[in-house]
Amino acid sequence: MSSHSPEVAEHRFRQHHFVTADQQLDTSKTGMWLFLATEILMFGGLFVGYGLMQGVYPEAWVAGHHHLDRVLGAVNTVFLLCSSFSMVMAVHYASTDQKSKTVMNLGITLAFAFAFLVIKYIEYSHKFHEGLLPGRYFRLAEVGGPPQQAMFFGFYFMMTGIHGFHVLIGIILIAWLMVRASRGDFSSAYYTPVDLIGLYWHLVDLIWIYLFPLLYLIS
Amino acid sequence: MSEQAHSKSHSPLPYLFTLVALLILTGVTVGASYVNFGSSTVNVIVAMLIATLKASLVALVFMHLRNDKPLNSIIFVSSLIFLGILLGFCMIDVDSRERVYPTGLRQVDPPAGAAKAAPAPAVPAPAKH
Repeated sequence: MSSHSPEVAEHRFRQHHFVTADQQLDTSKTGMWLFLATEILMFGGLFVGYGLMQGVYPEAWVAGHHHLDRVLGAVNTVFLLCSSFSMVMAVHYASTDQKSKTVMNLGITLAFAFAFLVIKYIEYSHKFHEGLLPGRYFRLAEVGGPPQQAMFFGFYFMMTGIHGFHVLIGIILIAWLMVRASRGDFSSAYYTPVDLIGLYWHLVDLIWIYLFPLLYLIS
Repeated sequence: MSEQAHSKSHSPLPYLFTLVALLILTGVTVGASYVNFGSSTVNVIVAMLIATLKASLVALVFMHLRNDKPLNSIIFVSSLIFLGILLGFCMIDVDSRERVYPTGLRQVDPPAGAAKAAPAPAVPAPAKH
């Protein structure tokens, strides 16, 4: 139970309807990519709405974006990029039978993900405090400027909120991977969960790569 | 046999180079946001080009699309194509709408007297035509 040779692992985790473990991995990956395509389309709807309304109310968008802290946004970008790197290293070590390095890199990924959410919390609480809330909760009398900033913050909270929710799910999944990795479930013959959750995590990073300039930088 | 199939991605060095490139590009995009390229449209295009460059690096290297089965790349790119269709048709709609409805997507301002009696809602209600 304590040590698994690749052959044993293959027997443990390969399902009977797959000819080889490789075929199983490729099939799982394609399934994951199909899921990621639906994720792209879900976020895509928000991006399209954001872009269209920016064209309709450019002055409100500029005013709204001035309330965002681009330094905090940039720091969060760096956190997510670094977490993507440690995630891909975890996949690499899992696929080359290096258990302790896999666990360590998953832990680093987790730490960056938490740091991202801490910064997000700081940003959100600042905005709640200043009345920069979405829709009809926007306190225009306190903030001033174009009233359609309420719509800008509707988009802001919806886009970063759904993204942050994805980060939260990622944290749960990566913690689960750490438990399994330290238990010795993964080897060069079977590391599908690490690979797939890695893909998910990179997509979360990829969406932030677009969210950051669109929300924080464009004026 | 698994090891043979996946041995091509076994040097972790490209991952490190990719991370460095991504961090540099993040610096570039923040720096470019302070520069005025003449019009805000140019600034948006520059920011989106850099973001797309970064996204391509993530997809090709971190997500292994560069040495993965082409099917996964096709799935990924087709989702982007459909997103482009959504964006394109919405833009055609908004651009041609103003010929029919002069207000376009903009909020219809209430009459001056009504605005004083009750402040306009922060979020425009969908215009009824």
